[in-house]
Amino acid sequence: MARMKFLCDAERCIECQACVTACKNEHEVPWGVNRRRVIVMNDGRPGEKSISVACMHCTDAPCAAVCPVDCFYTTADGIVLHDKDLCIGCGYCFYACPFGAPQYPQQTAFGVRGKMDKCTFCAGGPEPVHSQEELTKYGTNRVEEGKLPLCAEMCATKALIAGDGNVIADIYRKRVMTRGGRPQTWGWQAAYGDDI
Amino acid sequence: MNKHHDAAVRARRRWRSMVWSMMAIVFLAMALPSAGYLFAQVGEPTGEPQRQFSEQRETNPRSDMWRDGRRGEGGFTTQTGPYVTNQLMTNVGENYRQIRQGPLMTVGGWFLVAVFLAITAFYLLTGQKKIDGGRTGRTIVRWKAYERFLHWFNAICFIILAITGLSLLFGRTVLIPIVGHQAFSSYAEFAYGAHNFVGPAFSVGVLVMIVLWARHNIPKKHDWVWFKEGGGIIGNKHPPAGKMNGGEKVWFWVGVFALGLTVIITGLIALFPNLGFQTREIMSWALIIHATAAILWMGLFLGHAYIGTLGTEGALEGMTRGRVDVAWAKQHHDLWYEDVVAAGEKPVSEEELHGRQQQGPAPGSTPAGERGT
Repeated sequence: MARMKFLCDAERCIECQACVTACKNEHEVPWGVNRRRVIVMNDGRPGEKSISVACMHCTDAPCAAVCPVDCFYTTADGIVLHDKDLCIGCGYCFYACPFGAPQYPQQTAFGVRGKMDKCTFCAGGPEPVHSQEELTKYGTNRVEEGKLPLCAEMCATKALIAGDGNVIADIYRKRVMTRGGRPQTWGWQAAYGDDI
Repeated sequence: MNKHHDAAVRARRRWRSMVWSMMAIVFLAMALPSAGYLFAQVGEPTGEPQRQFSEQRETNPRSDMWRDGRRGEGGFTTQTGPYVTNQLMTNVGENYRQIRQGPLMTVGGWFLVAVFLAITAFYLLTGQKKIDGGRTGRTIVRWKAYERFLHWFNAICFIILAITGLSLLFGRTVLIPIVGHQAFSSYAEFAYGAHNFVGPAFSVGVLVMIVLWARHNIPKKHDWVWFKEGGGIIGNKHPPAGKMNGGEKVWFWVGVFALGLTVIITGLIALFPNLGFQTREIMSWALIIHATAAILWMGLFLGHAYIGTLGTEGALEGMTRGRVDVAWAKQHHDLWYEDVVAAGEKPVSEEELHGRQQQGPAPGSTPAGERGT
């Protein structure tokens, strides 16, 4: 059985935000809720790198461990999903997640957050497949149609790849081998020198 | 110089050389291994580092970037929203998860069970502490109406908060296997809301209680005697006590004051994420401290509730009717009773009290708020 994974190749990501836009548009994600974001390290300095981050669909997911109502479940493909009907909006998953993936529609007094929302790997939720409920609560279900997450499909430089962990690991391994085995023989330093 | 004197000098000399060489051994054993530091310190500024280690030479700048990201160093992101973070990764959550799922739930849960069982066992072994010599039938005022209202307001809030809080922490382990996911989720949503709205009301009640009752709880010398005699909980000793005994003072300062303020402050941090200063780190630590302090407080609460109801005959009525039997007052709060009587308060029998209620208060005998039952 496949174990679905995201992989962002920091040597290829050009911070174009297409993955973010694709996700927002595909699932009609409301304002203030960000299922995917691009983080730029060393912004504006030599060695700047950007990485696209969303839910990493952990094998032993911390969000699922701390959820007081046990609303998370892992699909047969290794995708971590949650049931918004069970979610009480307590925010614990947001504190437990290493990647800051869980999002909420509100942030108001008395701890009112609304139902948690996060990346579904374009695999919908527990509602009937392609139902209106699934669409409004979780967004489209592309995995059911045999497609991969739209963010990865949209990626112009194929920096963000998604799919079976073994397959995308092979793709990445080939890339690294093509670029050269020793990391210092490629990248910024090799092209422009150390002092720029 | 006689022979005896000679031997004594030699013995003293031998002793002295033994002590000195012992001290030299100890000193050198510490000093010599440290000489390397001195050597390195002196040698360093004189020249360039002799050689670069291979790890230093072949540092991969990109690995530094990943290392920074792994450490939680922030980057730049165009996304905005209350829950957007600019970190690739953070360890905070894993600590939160491990403490919450580990010691907090196991130690905390079994702590409450153990306290409950210990109190039950104590009750079964020793039974209720009776009023020595029975009731006299005459009573005096212990708590005024507004004080009783404050007490029961806080008590009801505390119990609601304890049940809803424990439900959020242990419900998944204890309740979901019994009632199922759907039912527990509906209950948990209600419990979460109740906890969040009763919490601020309780905070006000606790703060008022601290302000109003601190003066009853100032530690006195006779409290020390009370503690030395174990509060008279076992046996027939009746150590001295004012309006509050030593145990009640511990409950006030450790429970209501210290744990109460801790729970209130961490609770308000967790309750108002819209204030904006709460990072994930502050939030998760606030939740951990909140739950830890609350569980300790519940442990103390079980003791307080037992002593005030089942454990002591005649104690509960002081907080329900507001009046206690004279025999109870002499037995448990002798110094307070003496003070009250010295201040001119007269013990009243049931018939007199009944008559007084029929006719209204006798002039100048009852302060306001005393009559409410």
